[in-house]
Amino acid sequence: MAEVSIRGLGKRYGAKRVLDDLELDLVDGECFTLLGPSGCGKTVLLRLIAGFEAPDAGTIHLGGQCVADGAAGQVVPPNERGLGVVFQDYAVWPHMNVADNVGYPLKLAGVDAALRRERTRAAIAQVGLAGLDERLPSQLSGGQQQRVALARALVSEPRLLLLDEPLNNLDANLREEMRFEIKALQKKLGITILYVTHDQEIALGIADRLAVMDATGRLRQVGTPEEIYARPADDFVFRFLGIANFLPVRRVGDALRLGSGSDPWSGPPPDRPGAALAAGFRPSDVLLARSGPGLPGTVRRASFLGAQVDYLIDVAGTLVRVTTPSHECVERDLLFVEGETCRIGFAAVQWFEGDVVAGVAR
Amino acid sequence: MTSAVATTSRFGTPQVLLGLSIAILVIVVAVPVLLIFVNAFWVDGHFNVADVIKVLREKDTYQALLNSLILASGVTVTGTVVGTFFAWLVTRTDLPLKGAMKVLFLVPFMLPSFIGALAWKMLLSPRSGYINRFFIEVLGFDGPVFDIYTYAGIIAVETMYLFPFVFIQVAGALERMDPTLEESARISGADLFTITRKITIPLVLPSILSGALLIMLYSMAHFGTVAVLGIEAGIYNIPTLIYEKIHQSAGSFNSIRTGTVLATVLVITAAFILWLQNRVLARGRYQIIAGKSFRPTEVKLRGLRMPMLAFCLAYIGFTIVLPTATIFMVGGLKTYGLPFAAENFTWENYRYILFEWDLTRDAIWNSISLGFAAAVITMFAGVIISYVIVKMKVRGKGVLEFLGMLPFSVPGSVIALGVILAWSGKYGVNLYNTVWIILVAYIARYMAFSLKANSAALEQVHDSLVEAARASGATMWQALRDVVLPLVRPGMLAAFFLIFLPALRELTVSVLLYGPTTRTIGVAIYTLNEDGETVYSAALAGIALIIIIVGESVIKRLFKGAAGRKG
Repeated sequence: MAEVSIRGLGKRYGAKRVLDDLELDLVDGECFTLLGPSGCGKTVLLRLIAGFEAPDAGTIHLGGQCVADGAAGQVVPPNERGLGVVFQDYAVWPHMNVADNVGYPLKLAGVDAALRRERTRAAIAQVGLAGLDERLPSQLSGGQQQRVALARALVSEPRLLLLDEPLNNLDANLREEMRFEIKALQKKLGITILYVTHDQEIALGIADRLAVMDATGRLRQVGTPEEIYARPADDFVFRFLGIANFLPVRRVGDALRLGSGSDPWSGPPPDRPGAALAAGFRPSDVLLARSGPGLPGTVRRASFLGAQVDYLIDVAGTLVRVTTPSHECVERDLLFVEGETCRIGFAAVQWFEGDVVAGVAR
Repeated sequence: MTSAVATTSRFGTPQVLLGLSIAILVIVVAVPVLLIFVNAFWVDGHFNVADVIKVLREKDTYQALLNSLILASGVTVTGTVVGTFFAWLVTRTDLPLKGAMKVLFLVPFMLPSFIGALAWKMLLSPRSGYINRFFIEVLGFDGPVFDIYTYAGIIAVETMYLFPFVFIQVAGALERMDPTLEESARISGADLFTITRKITIPLVLPSILSGALLIMLYSMAHFGTVAVLGIEAGIYNIPTLIYEKIHQSAGSFNSIRTGTVLATVLVITAAFILWLQNRVLARGRYQIIAGKSFRPTEVKLRGLRMPMLAFCLAYIGFTIVLPTATIFMVGGLKTYGLPFAAENFTWENYRYILFEWDLTRDAIWNSISLGFAAAVITMFAGVIISYVIVKMKVRGKGVLEFLGMLPFSVPGSVIALGVILAWSGKYGVNLYNTVWIILVAYIARYMAFSLKANSAALEQVHDSLVEAARASGATMWQALRDVVLPLVRPGMLAAFFLIFLPALRELTVSVLLYGPTTRTIGVAIYTLNEDGETVYSAALAGIALIIIIVGESVIKRLFKGAAGRKG
């Protein structure tokens, strides 16, 4: 078990700067998720921590031990860092059976045969593969291979478990199941986990804390899932955590106006000064009505999706997405057809600077 | 591209492997080739192009260049026509026994062409050839029906052994081609002729061209057939003239220089052909050829079905069975020239060369031990070099990538000449007339095969497999031993046999390098034939054929077994 401490970390490939002056701390025993768009450098960060790459600048400490120092050009090789790593493509060795795969780290560590067998069997049972010891990877499903990789990463009780998009190649049901299992294992073993993903649902669901990284490799916000969801540091974070709508709002004297026209803004008041602002909200944060108070809108597209109805609504020239539970639509007569007018209000609004592009962002 | 292992230290395992790889290729391939260029262009310590041109304008060199061009062009044209036709026949028509035919058309690949040339010489030499004699003595012809000692004869024999290059490529392309491309043309109202002309041929053209260029490359640098059939009529190509110059002049400066100039021409031509082939293949990329195997629409041969089958069988009988049978029968004759009658046959020749005659026993032993040693060394060297090229991220790799291309474009006779220049004592090591010089040359000659097989195997080993081992606590060496090596073992095994079998029958390189006690099987067959010991030559060739055929079948079984276990 170990805390991770990263100071001033930099990495470049040729002229391309992937990470620059990055600071990050992982607390002992937490499940930490690194969330970012693909190609942002989050996998590079994981590879630097694992020791597959060497930093150009900065330091990485694992449990108080310095494992990489960019300035001094010193790196501890991956095999001496005491880590478990699970890769996106499983990386299960195709020429070894399940028991040999899982037992390999113990064999390298010189654990004697009897104890090794016992611990290997325990690790295999832990991930729910008991009885498949003799199978070759080619005889296993993708999900089972991923479990083998997980068992192999856990068998030597590493101080830190690194997971690089481990659920990407699994189908939706299996992904959900594995997510719960990883979380349960982490709680049971009290291990520190760094989980790298671009999937905000997994990230929010599994993390004790998470960091959001932007496309340039900068960390935009670090905090608990609830903090980040409720109080995003900026519009990038807000956008990255789900479907986001932005409406432009102008301050004219004491009055608030919607867009560039003269319609008043009737939603919650901004929490910040400034003449040009953007109101951000989720599709589910919208309170829809046929009439009454609220901003006037026109329904451009209506799609019935079963549990909810998805609308695209034109509000003063800006298109926004709105989702309303189907039962509510039925009870309150909110089943609109294209071309009908409506009123929208807000359960919650996040305020951003006015340079945010208006409309729907995904 | 991510590396399996990163390090910032200046001198670690990656640097050691890179250095080792570069050293192997420099010593084995680069130095000999460089020495050829230096000897060709430097005269008395000066760079001299005028002298190179002078050499090229001498009558015999000029004629050899021309002959190489004539022969290579002729073989390329006939080989491409034959290969394309048979490829179409076995993939796109309802020819009976297509599967068996496909296998049979590949048989010439495993037979050494110079042994075939020997057989054809026995059958069609103008005076003593069995077929010609049959026509003259039995049918009362005035002269030979066909003289094999001509351009046409050489082209015909080379075609028989080289057409599979086109056959394989075109058959593969025709099989992989998405039939919907042709079907949509058919729906649009095109008839079969139009479809073939407008859709099928343009789509397989890159494969045809690439196969044709391979034929050209091989024919240009081909020694055996021309040596057996051409020398009698004074037809020399580049490799045979190099052999003639080196052999007859006993190493005089002028003949070596002529040799190096010819070798330079050969290297440049080969490099150009390979470059052209890469371009053809790169341009062919846009082709809509799916990787999957479809069942293409077949042309109904109708009334031509049986005649076409008969034609294929006749072709195979004439080009494969007839020469092979001739070799075995002549090898069993009491004296060359006797008719093929029961009372003229004996097992004595086979017994004599296998168990009594030192020359042939040495040759068999030399070939087997040289082939084995070359295969093992080249296999391991190839796996190390491929590993650095495919998997490692280390400064200076570009040099290695360039060096790794070299073995592909250096023909056998060039390697042999370069090895003579490098290892004849001029630079402190004299291996001349020993088996070691042949071994070094074999390693250089077959490095390309090993690099190809091993890098293909290594591409399949994803980096994360090695990284997973490193994260599990394995050092780099342990990861190589436990993960990489077991996974590339099939590739290494393939490399071993890809080298061992051709090395058993090698002629081009060994014939330039052999000494009194270091004949190989190929050299022994060739020199026995030159010395007029035709029956012994044929008997040894027969034994070589048996070794090769047994070897090929063992490998087929071995790889089939391995593939079966995997699936």
